Amino acid sequence: MARTSLVILEQDYERFVAILDRLCADANARFVFLLDKNGQHIASVGDTASVDPTSLASLAAGSVAATEGLAGLVGEQVFTTLFHEGPDESLHLSTVAEKAIVLVSFDERSSLGLVRLRVQQSTPTLAEVVEEVTRRSDTPGQEVLSGTPLDDLTDADIDRLFS
Amino acid sequence: MTFINYAAREINCKIVYYGPGLGGKTTNIQWIHEKTRQEAKGRLISLATETDRTLFFDFLPIELGTIRGFRTRFHLYTVPGQVFYDASRKLILKGVDGVVFVADSQEMRRDANVESVQNLKTNLRDNGHDLGTLPYILQLNKRDLPSVLTVEQLVGDMRVGNEQAFEAVATKGIGVFDTLKAIIRLVLNDLRRR
Repeated sequence: MARTSLVILEQDYERFVAILDRLCADANARFVFLLDKNGQHIASVGDTASVDPTSLASLAAGSVAATEGLAGLVGEQVFTTLFHEGPDESLHLSTVAEKAIVLVSFDERSSLGLVRLRVQQSTPTLAEVVEEVTRRSDTPGQEVLSGTPLDDLTDADIDRLFS
Repeated sequence: MTFINYAAREINCKIVYYGPGLGGKTTNIQWIHEKTRQEAKGRLISLATETDRTLFFDFLPIELGTIRGFRTRFHLYTVPGQVFYDASRKLILKGVDGVVFVADSQEMRRDANVESVQNLKTNLRDNGHDLGTLPYILQLNKRDLPSVLTVEQLVGDMRVGNEQAFEAVATKGIGVFDTLKAIIRLVLNDLRRR
């Protein structure tokens, strides 16, 4: 399998944010993150000011990956959702199109039932965009991806990073 | 899998430090964290046991600067080196863009190094990668200890092609940034070629 890059264009980002905004409002959530299963932060909405998105993405991806490993051990194909309950804050994580993770943080203003319902309702739309983005990223030579910042990367550019 | 985000103007790459238990993978990451200026690093996360052995992974995001207006970020991960954490190692290799193999130079750890390289090859294959084509750098750590193998012996054990090898004493920072720079250079060159 060739190594590929996941490329998120501005219009993809805007579509993701629109879906996440709606989910955040409908679920009465504190914030919602969309992450790549490899631990990259794709988009987030809501009250994210106090959250370190990079750390959150890495730990959430690790948590989902470990849970998928557990599923395999007990003979289940996949566990699609994860729920962490705290005294004040809870997290609901679910996979989208086998490529991404949607993480919803909520408190006493919402409930697990409502969050689950809203996540289920938004997943098909989210999955559609995720699949479109990954399909495009996996297909070499796509016109839309021409002119990435790495196309004409020079040794001098790399040297400059270390200066 | 490199992640290019046009909305955030970011390029994100994943580098994994691999190797046998107690070889110095976490020490490398800790040194990088300690010596990197505040604005260029994120939080160091260590999922470790009570005895400070890596349980799942260490994670450190660093940012080098910009290329064509895009922030260039590298996510550094370590794997747990102990043999029985293989399932975790396999998970952490998902989406990897480059590997640093941290070898323990001591003679008594020779078998552990060899076993870990074989394990790396297997786990990469299971993730759809080939060590022969993936950016790969060797770090020969603990060069200050007695009874170390020669560079030729170590490199002979772990090389799959003509990879660069760096002698290191990670506890003193020797070779740590040389290794990091080398793998970053390889990853970026690999991206350019894709």
